[in-house]
Amino acid sequence: MSKLGARSVIGVPYVWLLLFFLVPFIIVFKISFSEMQYAIPPYTDLVGWADEVLTINLNLGNYYYLWDDSLYAKAYLSSVRIAFFATIGALIIGYPMAYAIARADASSRNALLMMVMLPSWTSFLIRIYAWVGILKNNGLINNALMSVGIIDQPIAMLNTEFAVYIGIVYAYLPFMILPIYTNLVKLDNSLLEASADLGCPPWKTFLTVTLPLSKAGIIAGSMLVFIPSVGEFVIPEMLGGAETLMIGKVLWQEFFNNRDWPVASAVAIVMLLLLLVPITFFHRYQSRELEA
Amino acid sequence: MQTGKISRFSKTVLSLGFFFLYAPILILVIFSFNKSELVTVWAGFSFKWYGELFRDPQMLGAAWISLKIAFLAASAAVVLGTMASIVMVRMGNFTGKTAFTSMITAPLVMPEVITGLSLLLLFVAMGQSLGWPGQRGMLTIWIAHVTFCTAFVTVVVTSRLQEMDESIEEAAQDLGAPPWKVFFLVTLPIIAPALMSGWLLAFTLSLDDLVIASFVSGPGSTTLPMAVFSSVRMGISPQINALATLVVLVATIAVFIAWWVAQRSLRVTTKVGD
Repeated sequence: MSKLGARSVIGVPYVWLLLFFLVPFIIVFKISFSEMQYAIPPYTDLVGWADEVLTINLNLGNYYYLWDDSLYAKAYLSSVRIAFFATIGALIIGYPMAYAIARADASSRNALLMMVMLPSWTSFLIRIYAWVGILKNNGLINNALMSVGIIDQPIAMLNTEFAVYIGIVYAYLPFMILPIYTNLVKLDNSLLEASADLGCPPWKTFLTVTLPLSKAGIIAGSMLVFIPSVGEFVIPEMLGGAETLMIGKVLWQEFFNNRDWPVASAVAIVMLLLLLVPITFFHRYQSRELEA
Repeated sequence: MQTGKISRFSKTVLSLGFFFLYAPILILVIFSFNKSELVTVWAGFSFKWYGELFRDPQMLGAAWISLKIAFLAASAAVVLGTMASIVMVRMGNFTGKTAFTSMITAPLVMPEVITGLSLLLLFVAMGQSLGWPGQRGMLTIWIAHVTFCTAFVTVVVTSRLQEMDESIEEAAQDLGAPPWKVFFLVTLPIIAPALMSGWLLAFTLSLDDLVIASFVSGPGSTTLPMAVFSSVRMGISPQINALATLVVLVATIAVFIAWWVAQRSLRVTTKVGD
């Protein structure tokens, strides 16, 4: 390819992503050190130039505030905890499904995969909204249980952490299934046969052959569920109620309700730092897929 | 992996799994035809909520804005994503490739609140120092959507490029075709189905986005998810069920078309021996 052509093919997406993906993070980092003010823009400048004096104001107050007010630490911890257990839940449901699809005959695999993906092509918001009608006090589950007579008081399910778990598992399940399936379907059948020939019982073959060989898929799927879940806003907002504390919701409120952009930026930076390790993990897997 | 008849274990797992995935959607669809205001009590069949949906100017306006943004964002994302895939698969190593790969993979998992906030702060900073964009609205939403959709398109197109037989391109090159001609006459027709599924994926992602659009939108650019969200916040409304049913219908048709096209072309162009 001609040099100019090659350069522009690299250059156009590169510059776009630099400008609209990387540079924004630098700006968030910068603004997390400024102070809120009632003006446009609603934050102070870090660098000042007046009377031939250069002033640099690095305000560490936002980070100190996050440290000082236990609400933020609690929100980070409960986000990580909720995302972690929801990921385990998605793995427990998703792995057997991926396994079953990978073991189906080749002609039905694609149709089954499409059925897994189809819900995520419909609106995320609407799928979460569907659970409101199912879980609320006079919702479908409670109505059904009460009409049968199993309970006479509705069980509070909406606006609990339980509802958030359901929402995350439900919304992110396809992202767990897909990478695990991709991994399992490539698994060499002769390995399983060899194991069976040598007298290994099926459950042991699964634990010692299949499971370790699908490790990459499990990691990718788990990261695809865990990382976005930590910062999830829609699910805790719609299903979690006021009780459920999650950091994505806190950031949203800092920004939209309190209009405190610097604190919202500091919340985002700390969240990014928390997610750096899992994102690197995911990146390692994904770049191997992209470059293979 | 082992193939053969679906075992009883598989059948159970898949039926339970698909029940979990589809029951909530099915319930929405059923109750969209409910006469009653109450979403959970059946009171007879009616198209009333569809009528109300189509008489709601706010919803219709928001839907129109969303469709426009999604169309334009998906189209731009396919161009950028295809370029990025070619860089990933065909360009070998170059300085800054690791950074490039990270900027492709990170948006796939980045929490939306972070992406939204960071893009908004960029637009505000640019507005302050360059005077552009002066106001936030459809343009800023479009830029934001193109950025995260590009990453998804790149993943889809890259996997197709990897499957493609490179020797066809080499043959065209050997016969003296310049690189742009090789791309438009050989590569592009072969990866076209992937571009189409990438486009559809980007279109739905853009149509679906609430969080990022909320951050970077301005007055007069309320997208459909934003309108739905504010109406859902007021409480449950059967009108949203009607909208959901339409979305499910359109998505199902689109996915079937994409799947059919992909199946057909897969048979024609996949590498020999695959």
